[in-house]
Amino acid sequence: MNLSFLIHFFLFPGLLFAIPASWFYVWGERKATARMQRRIGPPLLQPFYDFVKLFGKRTPSRHGIEADLLLLWPALSVLSMVSAMAMLPVFSYSQGFSGDAILLVALLEMPSICFILAGFTSGSMFAEIGAIREAILSVACNVVFLLSIVTVAVTENTFRLSDLAGVSWNPGHWIGVFGILLCIPAKLRLNPFSTSSAEQEIYAGPLTEYAGAALAMWELAHGLEWVALTGFVATMMIPVGGWWWLHALLFVVISFAEVLLLSTFAAATGRLTLEGAIRFYWRWAAILAVLAAAAAVYVRFRP
Amino acid sequence: MNLFKRLMHRCRRKSPFLFHINTGSCNGCDIEMVTCLSPRYDVEQLGIRLEGSPRHADILCITGPVTRNTLEAVKTVYSQICEPKAVVALGSCSGSCNVFAGSPVIVGPIDKYIPVDVYVPGCPPHPDAIIDGIARAAQILADRGVSEAAKGEAQK
Repeated sequence: MNLSFLIHFFLFPGLLFAIPASWFYVWGERKATARMQRRIGPPLLQPFYDFVKLFGKRTPSRHGIEADLLLLWPALSVLSMVSAMAMLPVFSYSQGFSGDAILLVALLEMPSICFILAGFTSGSMFAEIGAIREAILSVACNVVFLLSIVTVAVTENTFRLSDLAGVSWNPGHWIGVFGILLCIPAKLRLNPFSTSSAEQEIYAGPLTEYAGAALAMWELAHGLEWVALTGFVATMMIPVGGWWWLHALLFVVISFAEVLLLSTFAAATGRLTLEGAIRFYWRWAAILAVLAAAAAVYVRFRP
Repeated sequence: MNLFKRLMHRCRRKSPFLFHINTGSCNGCDIEMVTCLSPRYDVEQLGIRLEGSPRHADILCITGPVTRNTLEAVKTVYSQICEPKAVVALGSCSGSCNVFAGSPVIVGPIDKYIPVDVYVPGCPPHPDAIIDGIARAAQILADRGVSEAAKGEAQK
């Protein structure tokens, strides 16, 4: 627990940066979708309005263990996302909350697990259908996600985040980054992989029974997922060295560009069925990911 | 009003989430309501979002004269929406049962069972009128939030 850790957790890229950034990125997603559909879209402060309004709702009182668990899952998601943000090596020379890519992957997986558990805890039929879909989709996309990280890690010969960060001209690095980008829509439950929270079809998916402050926490966790996942990819695209403020600026610019790219992709595609999504990840993406990882291992360890 | 209450008032007015329920409508009003989300009318500019679950919603939009089969569903959905909430009755049917008045299977209009804040008459109403109705309901919702908070403090 040193000063650097506190700065990373509470200031940048932790709480103080991540929460406004999550609102800004969610706005960017909604605005980009609106522009793709030739609409004007929501005002800049819309995610903030939604967040504050949800805190002002009077929620039905629940009793027993479910009541505590239903609050625990969104809180755990927010906490793990802020921790993941604190770990991101935005400044290549300093490491606040030192950890490696394996810890980061575990933290990034937390919201998905909490989402599944929330669906089962709430006991709603629609929530359970959504939770089952999310569980299957998470298994499908994580194969590709983990293999992509392995590809990058083998190319750089390390799992340490500060060494993975930075631009490398090795093709393995970029194939891995592309693989991670390919998995982000499924992790964020965006089109075409939005079956788990399929709006209207299964009401609101695992969050059907959520209301008020707990729902606001979920919206925040989702925004933070945007920031953390795009930020993770952004750290692998920022050149090493240079001024710290340029690093911070590039981090924000690149991750926001990813938000625009992903939401444009989401607006341009329709929702795939669960079978379609699994077929995409296991038949096409997984084969390419296995080939990429194998090639990276061969290049690294060839005699 | 202090700063926090003013912020909450503004946020409630700026972010009304809708839940739409059809109580035996002919689908005319439903089509006009969905039109509001389309590029031509784009209600997302006002922060309006159509939600999948009544638990997430602030404003209940009701279309249709209430049939016997849907009455209990409407009451359930109304009770599932968290306070503060508002109700908009879209179309002539939900306001007065329209041409279905007097039918043995119609038990409406809806304001016999749950309090309605805004009526948007028309068969079907124009999307502009629907947007106006929802915007008024959002204002009512925000004012209601403030008055309820004041009532709660008075009780303490």
